[in-house]
Amino acid sequence: MIRIKGLHKRFGRLEVLKELDANIQENKITAIVGHNGSGKTTLIKCLLGLDKYDSGEINIKDYQLNGDWNYRNQIGYMPQIARFPENLTATEVITMISDLRAGSTTQAQELISYFRLLDEMEKPLKILSGGTRQKVNAIVALMFDPDILILDEPTAGLDPVSSSLLKDKIHNEKAAGKTVIITSHIMSEIQELADTILYLLDGKIFFDGPVDELIAQTGEKNLERAIAKMMS
Amino acid sequence: MTTLLKIIKYQLHDLLRGKWFIIYTAVFFLLTDGLFRFGGDPGQVSLSLMNVVLFVIPLVSIVFGTMFFYNSREFMELLLSQPISRVALFLGLYLGLTLPLSAVYLIGVGVPFMYHAGIMTGSYWILLLVGVSLTWVFTALAFLVAVLSEQRVKGVGMTIVLWLFFAILYDGIILFILFALEEYPLEKLTLILSMFNPIDLGRILMLLQFDIAALMGYTGALFSRFYGDLLGSAVAVLALWTWCATPVWLGYRAFSRKDF
Repeated sequence: MIRIKGLHKRFGRLEVLKELDANIQENKITAIVGHNGSGKTTLIKCLLGLDKYDSGEINIKDYQLNGDWNYRNQIGYMPQIARFPENLTATEVITMISDLRAGSTTQAQELISYFRLLDEMEKPLKILSGGTRQKVNAIVALMFDPDILILDEPTAGLDPVSSSLLKDKIHNEKAAGKTVIITSHIMSEIQELADTILYLLDGKIFFDGPVDELIAQTGEKNLERAIAKMMS
Repeated sequence: MTTLLKIIKYQLHDLLRGKWFIIYTAVFFLLTDGLFRFGGDPGQVSLSLMNVVLFVIPLVSIVFGTMFFYNSREFMELLLSQPISRVALFLGLYLGLTLPLSAVYLIGVGVPFMYHAGIMTGSYWILLLVGVSLTWVFTALAFLVAVLSEQRVKGVGMTIVLWLFFAILYDGIILFILFALEEYPLEKLTLILSMFNPIDLGRILMLLQFDIAALMGYTGALFSRFYGDLLGSAVAVLALWTWCATPVWLGYRAFSRKDF
């Protein structure tokens, strides 16, 4: 369980998160949705310690975030944009992250085959396409078998085949007992993947509950229309 | 191996494969070799290289350092999402850049020197020391500016202004002060003012070594007269490394609080 209490974050004059309270449940896929600038990425970055929040509390399992970094051993993160040192190869990046994290990479080879990256692994990353780099990013997030997966627009830039592979993988991770947090602007994808939705509006939680409940509440036929109705 | 050393190792892997470093090494190599071939003795070559070192190294270090920091932004985000401390990442990036920059300078200038001159003169070692020190100082300033400024264009602009200030404007300001206060004893003031410019410190270090301080500048002559060669050099080196440590420390403080 991830418990967020009274989380407040401002960038200069702009208040992005305003006393936000939320609970993210274990063994479920939780989607954080909201319009552009609603604070989705900031919330994720506060969980990762990338953004320093002004006040509030975040507890991941029984650990309260306090500036220490060891808790990130439990987290796999896939950022929106995949950029690595451009002269390194994908193999070197994976070795580097494993080396830095001092963890086992037994899953790395399996994931490389799964995402069909075998032929790309020895090429410098600067010549790889954005989608291929995004797949390397997915491997980095998944290869330590972390308890918590944080995926920021994970399918952005992926072709339909790779996107399907990644979505299947996310389902499998959930089935294996992982907690998955995902953001996306593609509502059909959220509907397909997520159990629960955290809908952010102006830095606060506007809706927190199961996807089906949101659709039922609005009386719409799918999530996209339900969200559109809520926003209007 | 600690996290810091691992980050440095992979930085070296990445940077040493880039064309930038090959070009940077080749420029110093060809220049030094050319100066020897045109008949210079080691002392003359050192003196000729001095101006290149004092202007080009700060410019390359500060511009390259800033660009490098901005280009590494997403990669920093990825590394910081791993169980890695911010101090290890900041120092790893800094050392991972300054070490190869220093190494290519040492190779570019050092190899032709050894090849042509054989015996190392004192001026040669000072030339290397000043080049390396200025690399570290101006990369540190580049990191400080890049941490503090979110906007790339603004950051690069600021570093170029900083370079212009230290390389060109600062001497003009000192001359203006000396001219305006010519009625008063200015020795101590000049010495203190020269401490606030790392390029001036590098110049003084070299001039003291060449033993032509009195010919080459007022501050150099003063350093030589007041401190004697060895003490003067030690003070200049200490001040130069303070110029490195201070922006690294300030940069880290800002980095540790930075939002990514």
